Amino acid sequence: MVKYVIKRLLIAILTLWIILTATFILMKSIPGDPFANEKMILPEIRANMEAKYGLDKPEIEQYFIYMNNLLHGDFGVSFKYKNRSVNDVIATGFPVSCTLGLTACAIGLVLGVSFGILAGVKRGRWPDYLVIFISILGVSVPAFVFASLFQYFFAAKLQWFPVTGWGTLATMVLPSLALGFRMVAYIARMMRTSMLDVLGQDYIKTAKAKGLSQREIIWKHGVRNAIMPVVTVSGSMIASTMVGSFIVENIFNIPGMGKYLVDAVKTSDYTMIMGMTAFYAIVMILMMFLVDILYMLIDPRVKMD
Amino acid sequence: MHANPLTRDQFERTLKSSAALNEIKRPATTYWKDAWRRLRSNPVAMVSMGILALIVILAIVIPFVSPYAYDQQDYTAINQGPSAQHWFGTDSLGRDIFVRCWAGARVSLLIALVATCINVIIGVLYGGISGYFGGRVDMIMMRGVEIIYTIPDLLWVIMLMVVMGSGLNTIIIAIAITGWGSMARLVRGQVLQLKQSEYVMASKTLGAGFGRIIFKHLIPNCMGPIIIDLTFSIPSAIFTEASLSYLGMGIPVPLASWGTLANDGANMLLLYPYQLFFPALLISLTMLGFNLLGDGLRDALDPRLRR
Repeated sequence: MVKYVIKRLLIAILTLWIILTATFILMKSIPGDPFANEKMILPEIRANMEAKYGLDKPEIEQYFIYMNNLLHGDFGVSFKYKNRSVNDVIATGFPVSCTLGLTACAIGLVLGVSFGILAGVKRGRWPDYLVIFISILGVSVPAFVFASLFQYFFAAKLQWFPVTGWGTLATMVLPSLALGFRMVAYIARMMRTSMLDVLGQDYIKTAKAKGLSQREIIWKHGVRNAIMPVVTVSGSMIASTMVGSFIVENIFNIPGMGKYLVDAVKTSDYTMIMGMTAFYAIVMILMMFLVDILYMLIDPRVKMD
Repeated sequence: MHANPLTRDQFERTLKSSAALNEIKRPATTYWKDAWRRLRSNPVAMVSMGILALIVILAIVIPFVSPYAYDQQDYTAINQGPSAQHWFGTDSLGRDIFVRCWAGARVSLLIALVATCINVIIGVLYGGISGYFGGRVDMIMMRGVEIIYTIPDLLWVIMLMVVMGSGLNTIIIAIAITGWGSMARLVRGQVLQLKQSEYVMASKTLGAGFGRIIFKHLIPNCMGPIIIDLTFSIPSAIFTEASLSYLGMGIPVPLASWGTLANDGANMLLLYPYQLFFPALLISLTMLGFNLLGDGLRDALDPRLRR
């Protein structure tokens, strides 16, 4: 157990190191000087920045400075905004993105799993078809379309919710629904398949033969086994939800990390992009690591090789 | 239960001669013919295929036959709703949205198809080599895939676009070199199984080399799963392109793709909702078509997975 955790941890660190290095190489391969378009920047500031980030040194040394800064939790500064560091952006944007992402994931998991169970149990009847319809719709329609439609109908036309913004509970409803819809669709579909698979197993027949109630069979024997694939994908689902939030945050004008990242790309703020990618990589690797461990705790059959 | 018990006269005695025993009563059918038969009997898949074919044909034909060019501006007719002259209306520069949608379809489909083809080639080769050699090579190669997989595609694509600058070619390259991970995993899994089979061993015994075994035996035998995965990765490429263009990082103006059209439309959403409606409908319809066709293909090519 401990050995497995240590092994996973080492792999996670190795993965992280490679991704950070790749990001560094990518950003260094952009032709030109990050300050080239800056007319506003004072020579002293420039010298300060160059010294701090070692831009006056050879690239291999810059790499070590970059890594060292990361180890100390310094993700770098913006080259476009004088008083904005990546850490500031993370500190203000990440809690917002996290709230939005987790709400969307909660919606996705709860609705997705319930729909999947419903469809699996009521196979071939109208709830099943309804769930299949929802899941196909959710996979086929991009999040930005949902977001725009929600915005148009529920905010602009019906005026149930504010059109854009962030801060109150009402502003959270539409973005989290738009972001969570795809996840509902994906998980409902997966849960349905898995449920059908499990309900066809011999041990379900045994349970029926023992005279257990339908409820006990479905919840104790069915769902507990059928939910495993959902646990496996939930890590990467959460990660993709974070990326999906780039779009949703921009549509609803939410001051999260996605909005800052898109701004950074639009203004070619390379250091900002690099720092934010590094942060995303760390978050995602941490999440995958946790899912791995969680998976092992839930299902002892997982091989700890 | 048994309404019609079997009777003796339902059976036919065969001669014991070997010729009669070996006689094939039904016409021989191949895997592909069989799959095609199953696919044809699936109405949902056939309708999706029809819709996709229609979209492709319209994307090719409409920009030629339309009286408007996709970048032709008409300041006397801006932001007009759908009418007989402009079927999908006009945008804020007076451009005809109908022709822009189909010109956009060309760009979006081109990006999706080319990027997916490159994805498949890289993924099949990578997965094939990894699965065939196994052991340490496999472990290192699969760790590589895992590393690429850790960061979502869209983030890699954004980074590559930043490095290479935006444009039609860069978007294709960016999607192509980031999206092959799932294909590599799939092919590797298949090859790991298939390489144990007798016909591979027979071929090896007869002196076939690595290339021959991979290209003549292993890859043709995982074509089914590859095609299924392909059908699902085309809509995801369309989705990536649309999302990027929607965020304003996609292809440059005046070129139009479904994503940029949706983006333009979204800016006008509160005043002229039809400008978003049509591109969004086309994107959704195409993704729906590919997803349903993929489901149908999965049932047809791999009947064991049928649910």
